[in-house]
Amino acid sequence: MKKNIKVCCGTGCLANGSRLVAEEFERLAGEDALVECEIRRTGCNGFCENGPLVTIEPDHISYYRVRVKDVPEILEKTVKNGETVDRLLYKDDSGKPVRSQEENPFYAPQLKIALRNIGKINPADVDDYIATGGYEALKKALAMTPDEILDEMDASGLRGRGGAGFPTGTKWRTAAGYDVFPKYVACNGDEGDPGAFMDRSILEGDPHSVIEGMAVCALAIGAEEGFLYIRDEYALAVQNVRAAIRAAEERGFLGDSIMGSGRKLHLSVVRGGGAFVCGESTALMQSVEGKVGEPRAKYIRSVQRGLWDHPTVLNNVETLANVPYIIVHGGAEYAGIGTERSKGTKVFALVGKVKRTGLVEVPMGATLRHLIYDIGGGVQNNRPFKAVQTGGPSGGCIPASMLDLPVDFDTLKEYGAMMGSGGMIVMDDRSCMVEVARYYVQFLSGESCGKCTPCREGLKQMLAILTDICEGRGRMEDLDLLESLGETMQDSSLCALGKSAPNPVLSTLKYFREEYEAHIREHRCPAGVCKELTRFSVNPEKCAGCSACVRVCPTGAASGERKQPHRIDPEKCISCGSCREACRFGAIITKGRGEA
Amino acid sequence: MQLSMEGINSILRQYPSEQRYCLAIMQDMQRQYNYIPREGMEALSEYLDCPLSSLYSMATFYKALSLKPKGKHIIKLCDGTACHIRGASPLKDGIRRILGINEDETTEDGLFSLELVNCLGSCALAPVLVVDETYYGKMTLEKLPGILSQYREEQS
Repeated sequence: MKKNIKVCCGTGCLANGSRLVAEEFERLAGEDALVECEIRRTGCNGFCENGPLVTIEPDHISYYRVRVKDVPEILEKTVKNGETVDRLLYKDDSGKPVRSQEENPFYAPQLKIALRNIGKINPADVDDYIATGGYEALKKALAMTPDEILDEMDASGLRGRGGAGFPTGTKWRTAAGYDVFPKYVACNGDEGDPGAFMDRSILEGDPHSVIEGMAVCALAIGAEEGFLYIRDEYALAVQNVRAAIRAAEERGFLGDSIMGSGRKLHLSVVRGGGAFVCGESTALMQSVEGKVGEPRAKYIRSVQRGLWDHPTVLNNVETLANVPYIIVHGGAEYAGIGTERSKGTKVFALVGKVKRTGLVEVPMGATLRHLIYDIGGGVQNNRPFKAVQTGGPSGGCIPASMLDLPVDFDTLKEYGAMMGSGGMIVMDDRSCMVEVARYYVQFLSGESCGKCTPCREGLKQMLAILTDICEGRGRMEDLDLLESLGETMQDSSLCALGKSAPNPVLSTLKYFREEYEAHIREHRCPAGVCKELTRFSVNPEKCAGCSACVRVCPTGAASGERKQPHRIDPEKCISCGSCREACRFGAIITKGRGEA
Repeated sequence: MQLSMEGINSILRQYPSEQRYCLAIMQDMQRQYNYIPREGMEALSEYLDCPLSSLYSMATFYKALSLKPKGKHIIKLCDGTACHIRGASPLKDGIRRILGINEDETTEDGLFSLELVNCLGSCALAPVLVVDETYYGKMTLEKLPGILSQYREEQS
């Protein structure tokens, strides 16, 4: 039987060298007449850390960290003889090699709807998408009235995956209700939250599902033109979406007469300009119009007056990728997944100091513990878990005591965090929560558009205060000032960027106040991150003299003979922490500036 | 430096003369010249019938656009959260020690510019460094000198 070799060519695997692996498969398979196979370059499989990934079907064998030199062996053993190459299999927590994705602890608990095709199909081949049932939803929607489509969307309970969680059906219905033409459909692919990359993965790996979702929306609301606003940094996503639009036009899924129905839809890609605030709906629309991307007050919603003051539906990438599934399987089936108020699945980017990093899709309502421990395998190097940061710069930091909370649109909000767009950054005891708060505030103060005072000035002041604390100049009364500044910004900022900007500060103050106090009162950074407050030294009893620290030290501060305890010269040390990361014996210790 | 107006005009001609293509045209100029030259701004202002001042506000608002020439090789150091907690800051210091430049600066020989960028969505490979279009995942201070000298040797 003909084998299907799937080589992951998402951004992560490409960085690990998957293009060369794919080329080697193509070259060798072409030379050897005995090898009967088809080689497919797929989108991101989500398990980027272990890339490049190669999957052989129909055997369900998945190989990880595949190098060019492994290719002949895979062709010989697996493709010709159906045997596995054990060293390339994934090893589970007990060290046992697993053959298929279904047995892999990272993939087994997942339920893929938005990511259903990614890693299986070649995104550059529209026939691959059609073969998995693609454009069936569009065909079905063409036979439905707009009201029937809207009813199906309402029944599904789908809520916007960009973070705000507004019911998609309601948004569409509102736009459908206005008799103002032209109307527009737009896709928000300006994925800016640090630590989230599900939209990149979908746009790269399954662009047709987003296009199909937009086409269904256009039929429901009566739009004939649409835009996909995609970050310019996502070069592969821009390229794949543009190619997919062309292919869909050639096949008549887009264009002047969708599948011969006489209904029109033209889509085009708008490249983002590298401004985080353009992920905000009104700012995004300004940017699509070719202007500076500043948000406006939303007395009038953009579903009524959006692009060029006309009714516009703007949906997130992941939201749109769910639409074809809902139309084909029915809203009721979709609503059977998830929790009472959050239906369906959610894609999370599990990153930071977690063992298995990558993209995971699970039903709404999974607990943080399930995500981080069952799927993620726990904290890297078995260090203690300190916090998980959810929801990007608008979210908060959640401590270990709250790991059993279910993740959905509403629960985390009650605790000062949010699910947001689905970024989950795991932090261990070597992450400083004050520095994390300072990091987010610095990020946001650079990205604030400056239009409204609370956000512009509030962030500037917060940054000054947090920098003082991190550098040992903090005062206890600063903590009250941070809280009152934060509350003012939440109450009075113009758009969601400013309103949610204080969340990382307020949530760390709430759950990790003792770390702030250690910085201020004892001039000590408990995590050993804040340079001005940390001194590094070697514990001679633990030091094995392996000279790992000597090799990584950028300033020559670490020194010592092999097999003899090393030392760190405090005059030369710049407190970068490289030695601590390199040491396998836990011999590098940190002390506060004031400690003996 | 005298720029050929032919090059600028050929970028303009790819788009209809409408405000909505303003950002795209500026991005194309940025890509072509590694910055937006004054001649380009003036030609665009005339082409779109749009005041130079509002083009200036575009060029200074969007991070992807620059009014100053950038180096031949652009180093993008990701400072997304995942990269940040896995050590982007020591890498930034490392680049400063090796090349003598901070973020948004260019080396005197015009070979490198350093940009500190927001999340590139490659968090599983954190910390990530991108030189031009090439991604370097799981970066360490140890790997840094080798990668940078590769581009320097290519030059000589």
